[in-house]
Amino acid sequence: MRAQDTLLFAVKTLRSYPTRSMLIMLAMALGVAAVIVLTALGDGARRYVINQFSSIGTNLIIVLPGRAETAGGFPGAALGQTPRDLTLDDARWVGRLPQVRRYAPLNVGVAELSAAGVLREVTVLGSSAEILPIRHMRLVQGNIIAGIFENSAQIILGDKLAQDFFPDGNALGQRVRLGDRRFLVAGILAMQGESMGFNSDEIVIIPVQHAQALFNTHSLFRLMVEARHRSEIEATKAAIHETIVRRHNGEDDVTVITQDAVLATFDRILHALTLGVAGIAIISLLVAGILVMNVMLVAVSQRTGEIGLLKAIGTPALTIRLVFLTEAILLSVAGAILGFALGQAGSLLLRIAYPQLPAWPPIWANFAGIAVAILVGTLAGLLPAARAARLDPVQALNKR
Amino acid sequence: MIQLAAISRIFYMGEQAVRALDQVDLTILPGEYVSIMGPSGSGKSTLLNVIGLLDRPDSGQYLLNGKNVTDLSETEQAKVRREKIGFVFQSFHLVPRMTAAENIELPLTLSGIPLSERKTRVLETLQSFNLSDRAQHRPAELSGGQRQRVAIARATIMRPTAILADEPTGNLDHRIGAEVMALLEALHQGGTTLLIVTHDRELGLRAQRKIGMRDGRIESDTRNEKQ
Ligand SMILES: Nc1ncnc2c1ncn2[C@@H]1O[C@H](COP(=O)(O)OP(=O)(O)OP(=O)(O)O)[C@@H](O)[C@H]1O
Ligand SMILES: [Mg+2]
Repeated sequence: MRAQDTLLFAVKTLRSYPTRSMLIMLAMALGVAAVIVLTALGDGARRYVINQFSSIGTNLIIVLPGRAETAGGFPGAALGQTPRDLTLDDARWVGRLPQVRRYAPLNVGVAELSAAGVLREVTVLGSSAEILPIRHMRLVQGNIIAGIFENSAQIILGDKLAQDFFPDGNALGQRVRLGDRRFLVAGILAMQGESMGFNSDEIVIIPVQHAQALFNTHSLFRLMVEARHRSEIEATKAAIHETIVRRHNGEDDVTVITQDAVLATFDRILHALTLGVAGIAIISLLVAGILVMNVMLVAVSQRTGEIGLLKAIGTPALTIRLVFLTEAILLSVAGAILGFALGQAGSLLLRIAYPQLPAWPPIWANFAGIAVAILVGTLAGLLPAARAARLDPVQALNKR
Repeated sequence: MIQLAAISRIFYMGEQAVRALDQVDLTILPGEYVSIMGPSGSGKSTLLNVIGLLDRPDSGQYLLNGKNVTDLSETEQAKVRREKIGFVFQSFHLVPRMTAAENIELPLTLSGIPLSERKTRVLETLQSFNLSDRAQHRPAELSGGQRQRVAIARATIMRPTAILADEPTGNLDHRIGAEVMALLEALHQGGTTLLIVTHDRELGLRAQRKIGMRDGRIESDTRNEKQ
């Protein structure tokens, strides 16, 4: 029997049992679609997190006061010492390192903002002008000049606050009160929306000294540093660490983390999650494979008479095996293609429903879904095909 | 030429051994017309299956055209069936989802004959079996006689040297049965060896050679003197 005739024979057979063929195809297709949609979801979450991280800056190194718990407590603890503050002076020294492009000290707190008869609690960031390029924030109005901003009572308003307090759009140049201090509105942030849980549309930024006075603290909440080169991040991190430890009389009481490291951790976790859901989806493909095997076995017993006839007119066992295997393979290939289409459509719907979520199925998942479906279908066809080929022709012909 | 020497086929039903064929010796010359008769269970079908290489004897030797076919491999036996033997069954054994034309075409397809040649040969065969207007009908849409005509057409399309028919008229009424017999006899006139198992004495007597079976043995073997 020629290959194209075997194929045609199988196609015609499948078409003459439309319901059965459709059901098997659907089972396969749903399995493949599950693999694709679930991995799209997992990978979408991964990309979402990475996007969020890059929106807060690139080549970022963050310095936190105090030692990370995992390092086992700082040495001074035994002597009853508290960790030293991370101060503005520390920040300046770090800023002098050649590997550092810019740095921005950071204090965070809540204070009452009042202007034009409106009063509201807002989140206050105390920092320098460099916070804007480091955190990739833009101004829609105003001009903030490094060196001037830090030494004057200027304030930058989030877009939404500016609109709420000054609906006429004339916020720039106005005087506002924050706590017991007065500031001049020198800039308005461009709309950015939510980023890492911070809604930058509802914050204000003031010079760090004012913030420290307002919140009555000398310690920074964070020090944000941008390295010159991506390749130098680790070296810069070490240099920063060394600088601060030297300034703290050799006490290792700060934690320096790189955004890359945090990102890599998230990346790993979410990648593992994606693999996990892919694995679960692949189990549904195995179930579909068992369904294929079961339905094919029923088909073999229903078509016993036909198999006997095929043998009587001189079909070798190998050809019979091939005919049945071809049916199983065709079903799983068709199911895989349908499932691929369903999966793409499903991911598209996800992207439409959740525009922030880049739910693109990873390429490997498309391949894995299709390959596993075809493999499983073929394996599931082997046993029924072998059973058909092994039938005794006389008994097969006599069976009713 | 079909030569059976001491062929036995034994079935075991639990403890009990059933000798479906018991030391059968039989020689059938090319172009002979042989009818096989005997009571139910006497081994007629088993004899036909062994001759048609559908069943393997437990002992004895079978030479087909001088060649020992008893110990051919399954694939080689299939090839012999495909090229040398045509089967006709009591219950027709047509593939229900295929049209008459497709059923007739099946042996050609299995032999790997190209499509264009298949089409012409099927058309010719449909014509000579008077089935042209039924070509696109499925078996369920055909009468018993038409079904058996399709089955015979399928059995002959590979131009076999022997046609083996196991009660070909068993499911047909007398008149249609006679028509089918006439069709088979016409094939014999064309030079094909014809073996027919039948319960119908009247039909059986039309053969030139009549074999009677009982308990797995050949009880009688007579030839027409006219021949
Ligand atoms: N697969 C089998 N298993 C067990 N016994 C079998 C088998 N096939 C045939 N037999 C037995 O072998 C003997 C011969 O059977 P066979 O079918 O050749 O008879 P037959 O002459 O064709 O009968 P009938 O006229 O009823 O068709 C019977 O006793 C039957 O029961
Ligand atoms: Mg019988």
